[in-house]
Amino acid sequence: MDRFLRSRTLTGWALISPVAVVLICFLILPIIVIAIVSFWQATEFSIIPAFSWENYDFLFGSPVTYRVFLNTFKYAVITWALTLAIGFTVAYFLAFHVRTLTWQITLFLLCTIPFWTSNIIRMISWIPFLGRNGIANSALMSWGVIDEPVEWLLFSDFAVILAFVHLYTLFMVVPIFNTMMRIDKSLIEAARDAGATGAQILWNVIIPLTKPGIMIGTIFVVTLVMGDFITVRIMSGSQSANVGRLISNDIGLLQYPSAAATAVVLLITVLITIAILLRFVDIRKEL
Amino acid sequence: MEPRSRSFYVLATFFALFVLFLYGPTLTIAVLSFQGPSGGLTFPMRGVSLHWFHDLFEQQAVGDIWGSFSRSLTLGLMVMVTTVVVSVMGGLAFRKRFFGSGLVFQLIITSLVIPSILVSLGVGLIFSQLGFTVHWATSGFGSQLTWTLPFGLLIMFAVFNRFDKSYEEAARDQGASNWQTVRHVVLPIIAPSLIGVALFGFTLSYDEFARTLLTAGSYNTLPLEIYGMTTNVTTPVLFALGTMTTVFSFLVIAVFLITAKLMNRRQDRAGSDAGSGSV
Repeated sequence: MDRFLRSRTLTGWALISPVAVVLICFLILPIIVIAIVSFWQATEFSIIPAFSWENYDFLFGSPVTYRVFLNTFKYAVITWALTLAIGFTVAYFLAFHVRTLTWQITLFLLCTIPFWTSNIIRMISWIPFLGRNGIANSALMSWGVIDEPVEWLLFSDFAVILAFVHLYTLFMVVPIFNTMMRIDKSLIEAARDAGATGAQILWNVIIPLTKPGIMIGTIFVVTLVMGDFITVRIMSGSQSANVGRLISNDIGLLQYPSAAATAVVLLITVLITIAILLRFVDIRKEL
Repeated sequence: MEPRSRSFYVLATFFALFVLFLYGPTLTIAVLSFQGPSGGLTFPMRGVSLHWFHDLFEQQAVGDIWGSFSRSLTLGLMVMVTTVVVSVMGGLAFRKRFFGSGLVFQLIITSLVIPSILVSLGVGLIFSQLGFTVHWATSGFGSQLTWTLPFGLLIMFAVFNRFDKSYEEAARDQGASNWQTVRHVVLPIIAPSLIGVALFGFTLSYDEFARTLLTAGSYNTLPLEIYGMTTNVTTPVLFALGTMTTVFSFLVIAVFLITAKLMNRRQDRAGSDAGSGSV
């Protein structure tokens, strides 16, 4: 008995039990309930237990669904490409061009601080820039680039993607910087000694060694964008839709079964995407 | 030192522009929140005044801001304490490589990548089907933990991956019990990192929107209140509120960072290099 009590597994589970309880009650059970409710039916005022494929039939039978899913992927891919390009450049500068650790940490913190402030406020703060009479339009007009205000700056796909990049580039910078800091500098010196140019070092040494960080950043950005509904709502002025908004609209109309069915399809899509991405990286090894 | 290459200046400019991109909008609304009483949501400034900040303190003008602020603060502290305690326990658990740890790890990653609205919807449905009333301190609290715990645990994993086990062995050799080893050796060494976990726990909760949307009940948290305002408030009072919250967040972040720095310095002064690997 004593040996059993001292066993790794028992102590392990005793220590992990709070995590397990929270994740079972607030992650697993909610997913199960959503899956069940997605087969229920709804009237205007209440939801009725049933087993019907009605919600899924409607979902897959509607051209809107495909358009919205396509739009969601479009946001994810464009945001991913932009955040990767910007995030990689920023991390590369911090890791290889800033020379002292103190400065590296200071500048790194400068990049991370906005992450700990409110996303909604950060979205709202684009309004004075992008509005019809906003800073961007006034500047462009005074430089003579345009004659009258551009309408598509705010409340458009452009604004949505701008906000995504603004909010989520951090999620690329942090893991990529983390991986880059672990690259053995002597590898780079060796490459240089062997006659590699800067571009060759970047392409053949740094990028391959940074791949795990890139994958982790990719997982964050793709899942955050695919599951988003609030950024699209605020920045597109309700003119564009993604899957998250489809769900939140149904919730607003109290159509929970239909929202649940869309949620199930979204979850499966996200999990498949992540499963594919996880094939390229072992997160536990990278921490 | 060798002279800076041209690419350094190109990259430094890029970095500066990125920082401007990050902070520019926030600074703009900070300036605009001092609009005169007749000013609008964008430039030009029509005078300079504290009019919109004054409005925030008038109860009726913009909903229940102070009530929601105190709720968000309380909830943030609840989530912070829970996240720190539970993450440390979880971090210790994963060092044991117990049977089933792989499964728990997968769950933690799932919790991190699941679209927030699913947690909100699912928890909301459970509470309504069971006949419970959703409340920010129960359903809201639990839903937020599904977002803060993965961050806390990932930080703990990173910390323990770099933890030098010989300190514990030394303690045990001198006859310390398991609990004494954790209490007097492990916890003091990892303490500065726990400040980081606390920072994540508090700020992620304080700013969380999607997971509390359907789980906060009839009393709004601050982000929900602000979201409500985006749809019906069209005056700079929105910017005043945004500026106040951001300033509050900056203060919180500063307190955490300074505390962590002081703790690190104290460790350095104590002559131990413990935990120096976990930058």
